[in-house]
Amino acid sequence: MSIPLSWYLILSAALFSIGLFGVLARKNAVAILLGIELMLNAVNINLVSFWRYGNIASISGQVFAIIVFAVAAAEVAVGLALIISVYRRRTTVIANDLDLLKW
Amino acid sequence: MTPDQVIFILCAAVIVVTAIMVVTSPNLIHAALWLIATLFGVAILYALLQAGFLALVQVVIYIGAIAILFIFAVMLTRREMRDKGPQLNKNWALAAILAVLTFGGLFYILSGWSGFSGKAAEIPAGMDTLRNLGFALVSPDAYLLPFEVASILLLAALIGAIYIASASKK
Repeated sequence: MSIPLSWYLILSAALFSIGLFGVLARKNAVAILLGIELMLNAVNINLVSFWRYGNIASISGQVFAIIVFAVAAAEVAVGLALIISVYRRRTTVIANDLDLLKW
Repeated sequence: MTPDQVIFILCAAVIVVTAIMVVTSPNLIHAALWLIATLFGVAILYALLQAGFLALVQVVIYIGAIAILFIFAVMLTRREMRDKGPQLNKNWALAAILAVLTFGGLFYILSGWSGFSGKAAEIPAGMDTLRNLGFALVSPDAYLLPFEVASILLLAALIGAIYIASASKK
């Protein structure tokens, strides 16, 4: 294990920033969810590397990463269901066009 | 450079390049396929961090379930196979500046931290981290409650997704 912790943290920060750009800049609601997935993965890299470089005997980093997996799966299932439902009613998934609550 | 470092650098390059393709690709199917490549890179990182179980879970759940779900959603929500016009909204320059600032801020905060260039200790011989993980997930002293809450969350998400996405009754 000759890799310093900083490499993982920098990679994770870069992945998080790319995901943030995707969330803020994409028009399509499905693409926004893709950006959120990138950000969740960045968080997971951080959690697992802190586990590996910290106290290995306490397994909390890996448990936390598994909970994040479960939450990501739930989030994607409900998010995509919402998008499909919106598409069925309004035939668009462009986030700018979904302005029913805007006045 | 040790083999570990070479693998990490290759893997990091794949992750960053494919992640940028995910957020910029005009074709959403391509974006979802690039996401699969990114997730594979992250799985290799887990293996490099000696978290083999998480690498497996990453491949099975993220690539096998989530990425495929994205591809289905893209196919269900498009009238034509290719969306027209630019895929980025008019604030994309601001978003890019914000993303770079976030990266810079994170890097600045982390570089001031004393453990930033820490080295990993060897995993002691005879220590089975997977066994520890399994016990931690079902032990009342450790993470039994979060584990059960996660299963209830998944059940609620399952029912909610079926209810929301099902065709409305006429």
